[in-house]
Amino acid sequence: MKRLLTALLVAPAIALASGAAVHLDKAPDVQSNNAALQSGARTFVNYCMNCHGLSYVRYNRLTQLGLTEQQIKENLLFTADKVGEPMRIAARPGEQKAWFGAAPPDLSLVARSRASEDGSGADWLYTYLRSFYRDDKRPTGWNNLMFENVGMPHVLWQLQGIQVLDADHHLELATPGTQTPAEFDKTIANLVGFMVWAAEPEAGFRKQLGFGVLAYLLVLFGFAYKMKKNYWKDIK
Amino acid sequence: MASNTNFEKYKSDGSLQGKALEWFDARFPATSMWRGHLSEYYAPKNFNFWYFFGSLAMLVLVIQIVTGIFLVMHYKPDASLNASGIPIAFASVEYIMRDVPWGWLVRYMHSTGASAFFVVVYLHMFRGIIYGSYRQPRELIWVFGTLLFLCLMAEAFMGYLLPWGQMSFWGAQVIVNLFSAIPLVGEPLSIWIRGDFVVGDATLNRFFSFHVIAVPLVLLGLVAAHILALHEVGSNNPDGVEIKKRKDAQGIPLDGIPFHPYYSVKDIVGVVVFLMVFSIIVFFAPEGGGYFLEYNNFIPADPLKTPLHIAPVWYFTPYYSLLRAMVWPLFGIDAKFWGVVAMGGGVVILAFLPWLDRSPVKSIRYRGPIFKTLLTIFVISFFILGFLGTKAPSYAFFGIIPGAPVAQLLSLYYFLFFLTMPWWSKIDKYKPEPDRVTM
Repeated sequence: MKRLLTALLVAPAIALASGAAVHLDKAPDVQSNNAALQSGARTFVNYCMNCHGLSYVRYNRLTQLGLTEQQIKENLLFTADKVGEPMRIAARPGEQKAWFGAAPPDLSLVARSRASEDGSGADWLYTYLRSFYRDDKRPTGWNNLMFENVGMPHVLWQLQGIQVLDADHHLELATPGTQTPAEFDKTIANLVGFMVWAAEPEAGFRKQLGFGVLAYLLVLFGFAYKMKKNYWKDIK
Repeated sequence: MASNTNFEKYKSDGSLQGKALEWFDARFPATSMWRGHLSEYYAPKNFNFWYFFGSLAMLVLVIQIVTGIFLVMHYKPDASLNASGIPIAFASVEYIMRDVPWGWLVRYMHSTGASAFFVVVYLHMFRGIIYGSYRQPRELIWVFGTLLFLCLMAEAFMGYLLPWGQMSFWGAQVIVNLFSAIPLVGEPLSIWIRGDFVVGDATLNRFFSFHVIAVPLVLLGLVAAHILALHEVGSNNPDGVEIKKRKDAQGIPLDGIPFHPYYSVKDIVGVVVFLMVFSIIVFFAPEGGGYFLEYNNFIPADPLKTPLHIAPVWYFTPYYSLLRAMVWPLFGIDAKFWGVVAMGGGVVILAFLPWLDRSPVKSIRYRGPIFKTLLTIFVISFFILGFLGTKAPSYAFFGIIPGAPVAQLLSLYYFLFFLTMPWWSKIDKYKPEPDRVTM
């Protein structure tokens, strides 16, 4: 019996000893920083939402990030009339398909769908959005180290500047942008943080509630265990 | 013991409440059911850790039914696209996750419940194997259990299509396509199952119907049969000895204690511990590291984009490995067909366990080294088969040991373990069983 249990514990460890090839940079966690998430929302609405929808998120859900409905209406509400509407894009999917060949995907869940054995979805996005480089062979003039022959151009190039590949196939900043590399990393961290939030806006509350539920169950365990002991005291 | 006639009917004490009960009990076997199944169902007093998982499986069934009822109130089995170009079924799941009050909790309980169901059922089955619970006179309980396992697999498979994500779609596509490998009838059969040439709206709707009505009805019926059969013959125990052989003057087994209150209060402890583990997953890791909710399933189903790697959810992967292990087109029939035979056979063979095992004792406590060794290898190989089932066939351990032949070897072992059992269970060494159970 004991040997069996030991073997059970060892088996998955052997099975899991497999290497991962892709290196992802760790995305900073900004979920508890409303200012960062608001700045991410601003970047998303200004740069991403021309093509990508966030159609599962309603505009007024952004109040969860500390914004008032008035602020949302004045600064972020470009594609809808009412604050309760979803963050859709103005173009329809069919039109985008005709223009670009493929409709840019809705990004509501991208921070979850991009997770893999190599890292979280946030890590993937954080690395991907900082890996664009100039490539004249591509129709858009841009390529990406993480996502070969990507269809999307480098929308944020004015902020980051222009990266090129050096002889060793590493990224190198050839022309500086309006932000320093550190500032750009922070912009992307905030943007990715916003997308993580948008992928599951209830995640923060979910974890808070989890502690409460576990505390309750712990107390319940005390009573249940005592009751069992009491009933069983004369069973020999 | 659980028969309706053995217990006296309730007699009124003259109060209004008592009279009402007497009236009721004269027309319905309330007292006898309560006594026969709970307060005077005598279970062995030496149940250990492994005996929690039967009642936990019932708990998970209730969780699934209750959360399922609420999910159906908001879920829409519709593969057509909404204004944003997203399938309505997929969007309705996200609507539940975001806009339905507490919808995220109900959904996560249901998705985690699916995995939890298989965890407790696998442990429950393992308990049966180590203590010989399938042996005479409990063969029928075990056969009902195997049917329950089969139903549970059908229920989980069809439920997994409903969120209409990439893995939902392509997983169903791969599995339904397997039926097309059956000679002669395969192609029309797979079209009949799907209701279309590809997995589509018709498939989604019929899977929904099966998932919420047909299979749960069968499942509940089988659970009733499983428990009635158990209460007819009485529970086994970790020593594998029959408590009914030794009874006191009133005919009560000396080593038996009433299920209620003893095991009801004990199972409550098990329930609370289970709920703690369950809550840790629901509240802190609902994706289960990509094993409970696959990452690719956060992308809506796209019939034009085949994912690079299609893997079933973890609980199917050992059987998926058996399926993939068959790569030879035997007798001129497509290898896929033999894969289906292997996968189906892997489940069905469990039902024959009561007749394959020839050991004179039931419990692992008194069985010999052959059983212990072969079972240990069986469990390890089941885990490795499960792991390999989550990987592409090209996977290699440490990048050097190719996974595919390992899976084939372990699949062979899976079947040999059962098929050679009549022989090795007979020649194994045994220790004498005790007369009474040990605590």
